[in-house]
Amino acid sequence: MNKHANNERRRQAIYGWLLLTPAAILLSLFAFYPSLKTFWSSLFSRGTRRNPTEFVGMENYTDLFNDPTFWIVVKNNLFYAGITIPVSIFFALAMALWANSKISARGFVRTAYFTPTVLPMIAAANIWLFFYTPGLGVLDQIGSLFGLPPVNWLGQPETALWAIIIVTIWKEAGFFMIFYLAALQTIPTDYKEAADIEGTGRLTYLRRIVLPLLMPTTLFILVNAMINSIKLIDHLFILTKGGPSDASKLILYYIWEMAFAYFDSPHAAALTVLVLLVLGIAAAVQFLYIDRRTHYQ
Amino acid sequence: MNRISKHLDSFGAILLACIWISPLLFAFWAAVHTTSDAVNFNLLSSWTLDNFRIAWDGAPWLQYFMNTFLLVTIVLIGQFIITTLAGFAFAQVHFPGKDFVFILVLLQLFILPEVLIVENYAVISNLGLFDTILGVGIPYMASAFGIFLMRQAFKSVPIELHEAARIEGCSWFGILIKVYVPLAKPTYLAYALVSVSTHWNNFLWPLIVTNSEATRPLTVGLSLFGAPENGVDISIISAATIMSVAPLLIAFLVFQRQFVQAFLRSGIK
Repeated sequence: MNKHANNERRRQAIYGWLLLTPAAILLSLFAFYPSLKTFWSSLFSRGTRRNPTEFVGMENYTDLFNDPTFWIVVKNNLFYAGITIPVSIFFALAMALWANSKISARGFVRTAYFTPTVLPMIAAANIWLFFYTPGLGVLDQIGSLFGLPPVNWLGQPETALWAIIIVTIWKEAGFFMIFYLAALQTIPTDYKEAADIEGTGRLTYLRRIVLPLLMPTTLFILVNAMINSIKLIDHLFILTKGGPSDASKLILYYIWEMAFAYFDSPHAAALTVLVLLVLGIAAAVQFLYIDRRTHYQ
Repeated sequence: MNRISKHLDSFGAILLACIWISPLLFAFWAAVHTTSDAVNFNLLSSWTLDNFRIAWDGAPWLQYFMNTFLLVTIVLIGQFIITTLAGFAFAQVHFPGKDFVFILVLLQLFILPEVLIVENYAVISNLGLFDTILGVGIPYMASAFGIFLMRQAFKSVPIELHEAARIEGCSWFGILIKVYVPLAKPTYLAYALVSVSTHWNNFLWPLIVTNSEATRPLTVGLSLFGAPENGVDISIISAATIMSVAPLLIAFLVFQRQFVQAFLRSGIK
């Protein structure tokens, strides 16, 4: 009997590893190995014909820290995250509350909010190009109705990053709305009825009942929005290319530029390692949150 | 009072909806008018399909469509096979080290393929997959997200069915194919929708690993077409944009309910 059980256990172990093999190979090839390799190559100098690559330790990192563009890009990305995350979440919440309430034209409203989510970022950027074109674009035409002069939205440092931010918010708010919508539908209607009987105002109900119940969803969206603030850079390629004078350049775009436009992969690797560190922190937050949620259930 | 606030709600919701959808409507407007009519907002001007014709002739769109179609198909098939096997292992097979490996897999949720472009490019080149559609798709096949989703779906399958099939003499693999996979159909559908729309829209990685018309997907083709160096005007760019998002957009409008459900299912773990 015991021997039989042992055999069965061994068979299961072999079976389990066999089933995992394809995933393990691909994950190693395209996630783990590249991560370690990135760290490794960030410690070496860029090889040229005369100077072969050599071990330089942390030099690539100190180069980065001494590179003014690096700090501009980090500042831009923090600003990008600092605006897009709260604003998208705010819009997502408003959209979800509306899309969940008994209003007229609810179907249209839901579709309108969600549609930008299914478009490629490149297409979204092309669409917004028509808004931002100086003089001829929609924004300037509206402005001219009020006698405002044309503005080169994408071409001046003060507005370029804002133009990028608006496209991101437009694209991601509807996506986050879906998660809030799902969470809202799990709130029992009794709460609303009880609040109505007590004569609780709408805002109080929202602040004291709905928002606390939505907290886990908000946290989940927050982590996703953080990841997106690193990931969503496709529209830079169409709208600004990071310009003018780096005013709208974001970290991932800078990595791409260093590696594939300037062929400076060691510095790109060093920057990648820094990004992975930040993502690691996001991962830790997420895991802690999952832990807590399972604790409650 | 209540009535007024309800009307205010409707008004706010619809106003926001109009603002949200307007960029798309403007793009459509620009696409069906001549450039001068479009930028002057000549409301009475006649519609034209010329922009679409010019845009269509300006780039090998049919090839791009084919490439994108092939890409999302390859990715989806690869993901289905790999995530099914791995998800089943994590859900129903007991073996030492399982929890540790599962955490490693979950880590990949945060090691975005987008961030690892430098080294992934090297890996793809070393494998000889540069400028192939397989090369664009393969890094996404062992999706941690998909493995997680399948694990959850397989975990909810009643163990009685598993035992019954086993008593009938079904092999492990037979049980997976005949019992688990059919029961997880809704999860497969949800995952398929999310995967297809993600990879239809993906840009940065395909931009890096493709280098010819024969492999370039729509998004990369569209970005090249709209590049300012080409001097194309706004109406034609709009036409090309509308054209390239049309299949996905129409599919979305038709299957809206399933689409939203799919996204919901994918987010709530």
